[in-house]
Amino acid sequence: MELSNSFHLFVELILESSLKGKEVVGLKKIGTNNLFRSSLPYLGILPFGLLVLFFLIWPTLVVISGALQNLDGGFGLGSLVEVATNDKYLNGFKVSIQLAAYSAIAGAILGALFSWAIARGNSEGYFRRLVLAASGVFAQFGGVMLTFAFLATFGFNGMLTILANSFFGENIFTDASWLYSLMGLVVVYTFFQIPLMLIVFLPAIENLKPEWKEASESLGGSTANYWFRVGGPILAPSFLGALLLLFANAFSAYATAAALISQGAPIVPLQIGFAISGEVSRTNPGISKALAVGMILIVVLVMFGYFKLQSKVSKWVKS
Amino acid sequence: MGQIMKNITRVSIWRWTIIAFVGAYLLIPVFAMLEFSTRGAPGERSTEAWLAIPTFPKLLSSISTSLQLAFIVIFLVVFVLVPTMIWVHLRLPNLRRYMELVCLLPLTIPAIVIVVGIAPTYRALYQVFGSSPLTLSFVYFVLILPYSYRSISASLLSIDSHTLSEASRSLGASTIRMISGVIVPNIKVGIMSGAVISIALVLGEFTISNLLNFETMQVVINLLGKRDAATSVAVSLAALVFAFILLAILPTANKTRSSKLKTKRKVEAATK
Repeated sequence: MELSNSFHLFVELILESSLKGKEVVGLKKIGTNNLFRSSLPYLGILPFGLLVLFFLIWPTLVVISGALQNLDGGFGLGSLVEVATNDKYLNGFKVSIQLAAYSAIAGAILGALFSWAIARGNSEGYFRRLVLAASGVFAQFGGVMLTFAFLATFGFNGMLTILANSFFGENIFTDASWLYSLMGLVVVYTFFQIPLMLIVFLPAIENLKPEWKEASESLGGSTANYWFRVGGPILAPSFLGALLLLFANAFSAYATAAALISQGAPIVPLQIGFAISGEVSRTNPGISKALAVGMILIVVLVMFGYFKLQSKVSKWVKS
Repeated sequence: MGQIMKNITRVSIWRWTIIAFVGAYLLIPVFAMLEFSTRGAPGERSTEAWLAIPTFPKLLSSISTSLQLAFIVIFLVVFVLVPTMIWVHLRLPNLRRYMELVCLLPLTIPAIVIVVGIAPTYRALYQVFGSSPLTLSFVYFVLILPYSYRSISASLLSIDSHTLSEASRSLGASTIRMISGVIVPNIKVGIMSGAVISIALVLGEFTISNLLNFETMQVVINLLGKRDAATSVAVSLAALVFAFILLAILPTANKTRSSKLKTKRKVEAATK
């Protein structure tokens, strides 16, 4: 009875709102006098909510509350102060930020040029489809495989090492240690930054209307004029947003560096890894959490900028 | 006329220079993997490293673990995320913003940070599921949320889900039937591309499984790399090609536009 009753009400609501030309919001209005009935729809999100609660929200709260520990385990700011004043950790943040910034800039520039080159081609063609599929794979496949790929290229017995040595004589490339330096990491990270840039930036480039270019040309503008005065400013928010996303992506990455670097921990994610797997966690459980909070703060700040820029972009595209 | 032709050739020279340069950056390391894993005696090629793959039982079992994880994650996407998203979209529109926020949250919380805080969750999980590596699927589900949410949400917004749900309701369909029989077939493309990205991510995941000491494919490949570099490079390349083929053959987001058109046509045909 209840059900058919509410069904009638529902139909009435639809009719009423369609007469008024308004959208139906849902069944919510019907049961407002009954708290239980009105909260029933919320049960539908329970399984999802539980998963997110246990595997995202709870761990994050554990990290934040765990960071508020003194070195002896008591409540206090000790761990955070230690992380903020110890040169080892400060240097970790410095190198992490440098690595993320350099690889984001290199990836954003190369990726933007690449997006332009792909956008000029046939949008339904097989070539683009292959490029997009490969980008999807390359952007996700950091880590161990990427490390192997670069060791197989530039490592001691790598393909290009052997080629270069046979071309230019001995000892040009025998030392593969540059791969483990900051610049080496930038080169490796850029490998997964370029495809990510393509994925996020290609839609922006495709939104450039050919009419704008024609209008610029008919007013006597050169290609350079078009890019500096029209295309560039339109793409700027998308480009900056993508740059921030790439920064966050590289800053958060752990796997590639962990597989590549076996000694020392020059970047924060590796320091966290050492802190939880090594002795440090037993003597000082707050350090890994304080480092993690530092990472969250930086990434949240960067992603906040990204979402701000995104909303600017979507306004542009709609208008 | 000559000026335009000159412009076109200049553009295409630029275009192909960029494609060649970036293509070389991305493809040389992949080619080097092939070259490295097929090295034999000096000057010869050999398939030894590839044939050795089945001789490492630990490697095989880890590949099977990772594939099972990918399967469970897709199961969770299809039977938890998709129904929840449709439900929120249709019935709880005031929660839409929060749902989006939650789904994009993993972008701001790096995997390494989740590992730091997940110990208590895993202690509780251990009581229920034991120490199976398949328990990783729950964390992976959270990790892939931003990507799967975006592709499914794009599909969901491109169809007129309210009309569809009202139509099916007025024909007497239950909620479950409305979701599974009417909405889901219309957002199949988004679900599929979300699923494919999930496979790529799960097969490539290293951070969490390594630090929680679970033997997934990447963890074992990393260990094997120290003993038999050629074979671990061969497995890596195989996984790369596998994910690439999946992404290349399954419909991508590009197609959503045409499917939107199709839905529009279907609706128009139905209303005539």
